[in-house]
Amino acid sequence: MAKLTPTPSQTVGPFFALGLTWLDTVDLAAGAAAGERIVITGRVLDADGAPIPDAMLEVWQADAHGRYAHAEDTQDKPKDKVFAGFGRIATNKDGVFRFTTIKPGAVPGPGNSLQAPHIVVALFMRGMLRHLYTRIYFSDEAGANDADPVLALIEEARRATLVATRADGAAEYRWDIAMRGDAETVFFDC
Amino acid sequence: MDVIGYRRIVPGTQPEYLHPAYASSVKRAPGRKLVLLPQTLSEVTGPVFGHDRVGPDDNDLTKGHDGAPIGERIIVTGRVLDGDGRPVPHTLVELWQCNATGRYRHDNDQHDAPLDPNFTGAGRAITDADGIYTFTTIKPGAYPWRNHHNAWRPQHLHFSLFGPSFMTRLVTQMYFPGDPLLPLDPIFNCVTDARARERMICSFDIDATVPEFALGYRFDIVLRGRDATPMEA
Repeated sequence: MAKLTPTPSQTVGPFFALGLTWLDTVDLAAGAAAGERIVITGRVLDADGAPIPDAMLEVWQADAHGRYAHAEDTQDKPKDKVFAGFGRIATNKDGVFRFTTIKPGAVPGPGNSLQAPHIVVALFMRGMLRHLYTRIYFSDEAGANDADPVLALIEEARRATLVATRADGAAEYRWDIAMRGDAETVFFDC
Repeated sequence: MDVIGYRRIVPGTQPEYLHPAYASSVKRAPGRKLVLLPQTLSEVTGPVFGHDRVGPDDNDLTKGHDGAPIGERIIVTGRVLDGDGRPVPHTLVELWQCNATGRYRHDNDQHDAPLDPNFTGAGRAITDADGIYTFTTIKPGAYPWRNHHNAWRPQHLHFSLFGPSFMTRLVTQMYFPGDPLLPLDPIFNCVTDARARERMICSFDIDATVPEFALGYRFDIVLRGRDATPMEA
């Protein structure tokens, strides 16, 4: 069959809340999902370090067992029937986003490898013509992170931009997105 | 676990992040090269939204208010296709737009044009078994924006689609044929490949036109295609 060129992407523009807010999901853990409830919060910052108030994150992750709610995840693992794994979170006027979820389990990587627990992120905003992909890893998974096949693709000095920092004594992680500068977040071509 | 990935983007057929003609991209584009990522199970899976999420009138933006909205009523219909031309059934399509005067129902839209109490400008649909979606709405107006002197956006609808995986996620805009603002618009022209760019322009379709009711426009949307064989580990 002939291969078709995909329809080009365009920016979500400044008014995306009008069409997209109905599907906002800031508590992915609602219901009886198994696993540790965690909060992830941070800011989205532009090239000058100024907060971006009109950005939106979409997140996608496995359940606590490391299984995705998707037909192509055929792993022989228990499956959390309540946990859907999708979130849509807009930034507020200060560029801050915040969501509650379940800490994901480890999922398989290429070949026989295992990926450290992570959340896949798609980032949208006014001024961005095509969404960007990045990932959130967890600071309290240092051993798994060291063995992660995706983090291994990144120069060592930049890996920390994908690792959310767990607060002392609370199940809350801090993870900022910087579009540029010394702490520029790693984005993926995938 | 080796997975079958989605095909990589052909240069020129999708926008670059830094597109100086679109002023807002300058401080919001990454400075460094993206890191090449072989797709894993995390990328080739993605959220699935079923028919239970969408109500029967959600694809009719002219309903849900006390009266009928002002403007030219139109029907927009088309197929969602994968990169091999096969229909993508039962997938969510989200739509938002300004009203016939070129004003969005959003607090940040300060354009001096009237809001329409009978028009919100948001809808959604799930494609049928043949990948077909249909919306009834009002033709949106053109409106000024401050990107450069005398900048006007061509008439457009915003579309958002998921498809079968996180790799097929697409947010785009649909434009109308013959719009004189198209050659002047830095957002439309961010795509250098002319054939890819033209995918964003719908076509007038007399067969989609409903007699005594509304003109019909056809807008097929192509999602990212898939490789034939698993990725090399």
